Amino acid sequence: MREITYSEAIREALRQEMKRDERVFLMGEDIGPFGGSFGVTRGLIDEFGKDRVRDTPISEAAIAGAATGAAVAGMRPVAEIMFSDFTTIAMDQLVNQTAKIRYQFGGKARVPMVLRTPTGAGTGAAAQHSQTVYNWFVHVPGLIVVAPSTPRDAKGFLISAIRNDNPVLFFEHKLLYSFKGEVPEEEYTIPLGVGEVKREGKDVTVFATSIMVHKALKVAEELDEEGISVEVVDPRTLKPLDEEILIQSVRKTSRLVVVDEGPRSGGFAAEAVAIAVEGAFDYLDAPVQRVAAPDTPVPYSLPLEKAYIPDEGKIRAAIQRTLK
Amino acid sequence: MAVTKPAEKTLTREKKLEMLRTMLKIRHFESRVDEFFQRGMVRGTTHLYIGEEATATGACAAIEPTDYITSTHRGHGHCIAKGGELPKMMAELFGKETGYCRGKGGSMHIADVDAGNLGANGVVGGGLAIATGAALACAMRKDGRVVLCFFGDGATNQGVFHEAVNLASVWKLPIIYICENNQYAISTSVKTAFNIENIADRSVSYGIPGVIVDGNDVTSVYDAVSEAVKRCRQGEGPTLIECKTYRWRGHSKSDIQIYRTKEEVEEWKKKCPIQRFKKRLIQENLLTEEEFEAMDKEVEEAVEEAVKFALDSPYPEEEELFEDVYA
Ligand SMILES: Cc1ncc(C[n+]2csc(CCOP(=O)(O)OP(=O)(O)O)c2C)c(N)n1
Ligand SMILES: [Mg+2]
Repeated sequence: MREITYSEAIREALRQEMKRDERVFLMGEDIGPFGGSFGVTRGLIDEFGKDRVRDTPISEAAIAGAATGAAVAGMRPVAEIMFSDFTTIAMDQLVNQTAKIRYQFGGKARVPMVLRTPTGAGTGAAAQHSQTVYNWFVHVPGLIVVAPSTPRDAKGFLISAIRNDNPVLFFEHKLLYSFKGEVPEEEYTIPLGVGEVKREGKDVTVFATSIMVHKALKVAEELDEEGISVEVVDPRTLKPLDEEILIQSVRKTSRLVVVDEGPRSGGFAAEAVAIAVEGAFDYLDAPVQRVAAPDTPVPYSLPLEKAYIPDEGKIRAAIQRTLK
Repeated sequence: MAVTKPAEKTLTREKKLEMLRTMLKIRHFESRVDEFFQRGMVRGTTHLYIGEEATATGACAAIEPTDYITSTHRGHGHCIAKGGELPKMMAELFGKETGYCRGKGGSMHIADVDAGNLGANGVVGGGLAIATGAALACAMRKDGRVVLCFFGDGATNQGVFHEAVNLASVWKLPIIYICENNQYAISTSVKTAFNIENIADRSVSYGIPGVIVDGNDVTSVYDAVSEAVKRCRQGEGPTLIECKTYRWRGHSKSDIQIYRTKEEVEEWKKKCPIQRFKKRLIQENLLTEEEFEAMDKEVEEAVEEAVKFALDSPYPEEEELFEDVYA
């Protein structure tokens, strides 16, 4: 099958959905002729014009709020926030408005919008351009949260997100944009809330999110040569979470390591561990391990940032602790 | 309200030469930083102040060392104009232990709190309310200090701009809001992001003076800011000053600049703040070509020393990752 990058897969999903449904439009900072800070929307303005690929001023609250309003009024906006760190500026809109409109109106409204945003550390962009914040939104009922790890997942989930009648926050890892993988050319959807076993194994389950899936797969391959069979499970959608796929895997392997790039305290990894313990307590043969970022802001300096980001070494060590 | 009257009358030769030297420092520092970024020796992203030197220089020349500033993502120029030390700045860009932020902040977070620089900011508009709060502290302590709050044209479309300026106005805080209108926010021209000609016109809605100055003319900036500082110290509250200027380089490291023409850039380069000021000082017999060359060389050497210091400095130890999360 044809291979394209994560970034191209996202662009293809946007293009196909904009062709299919004229209610779909894009808005965000510098997404038009400039193509977005990471080049994801490059060329779309030539194809669809500036009415449907709308450059906005630097106004994140208005971007998120206007997407919400347009969605309630019958459009299907796909908004972009240049870095997920700046969802903070849109927080009132997303948390108090977007997420709650349907419920507090007694089901009398729909908010079919998507908010795409780049996430993650590793680029030397320091404390305000490197955070992993998706976990905040997992905590807000009414929002759907997706963090795809492969080009194929990115396309399939983005199309699902656009067609879904709920607000979806779509977190794209910056370091995955140039990552290549097989992607079908035609339109396809992957159901939101369905995880995937990215590699089968029998000794230990590694439940990893976003870019951490790839680090986990690398470790799994290395450990395979040492006779340790690692199963790598990717939830892909963080809310709703595919609890069953996690529980089933833990019941099979009896050991669990959760890997997430967000800070450890109150993090997504803690949520996954709780679900595994609730659903597979009797099956566990070793204490569950969390591999997460430390409870510090993201530092700039190369050696510090390296020490900050969960990596293969830390994943391997955690796996080994479960096997002791 | 436009201010164009020259400030020469109040400025000594010494001070004028100091302003020229500051602009040269910024120019040379930024040129070196640009090289290091292109060569991948400095990480992350950077936003160069080349072409806009007169704005930070003229503004900071109008305040005292005890006064405060807040800066932006395009912050190297503000830091230098507020008296920042080049070696500590360069070391920060290299992520070294000896940098202003011990390598933790990098380009977008350079701060020099002891010198009154409350920091660059990675968030567009991030300094607006912080500066307002610093001005509140000055007002409550009645210490006579003022705050210069720098921000770009793009930042004025953040909601916090409205909230901060209004608050400062109703509380009559000693703050000067300095909008560096360099015509673009990344690829977005002010022509598409605003339906008004001048950002300073927004001052009307807060009941404060709005001033438009040629941001490439260092003495015009000095003059306008001096006037606003006087108002602040007399308890008359904030001023919004719009400095019209232009960034010569791309927005950040990788910018192919499809949103503007080469001709436009060349037009603005003719208005080079350094060349203009130099020419005027020579005309006024305050400077000779030889003196300029000597100053230029001296500054270049100072920048090279900063580079050497940065390269020779150690990286922070890994344990430092966990330090300074809390006081
Ligand atoms: C809240 C926020 N949104 C978006 C960005 C990304 N960004 C960085 S600089 C910039 C443009 C800023 O334009 P302006 O305020 O005019 O300053 P200039 O870069 O022109 O000096 C943008 C959109 C950001 N850093 N913070
Ligand atoms: Mg600008």
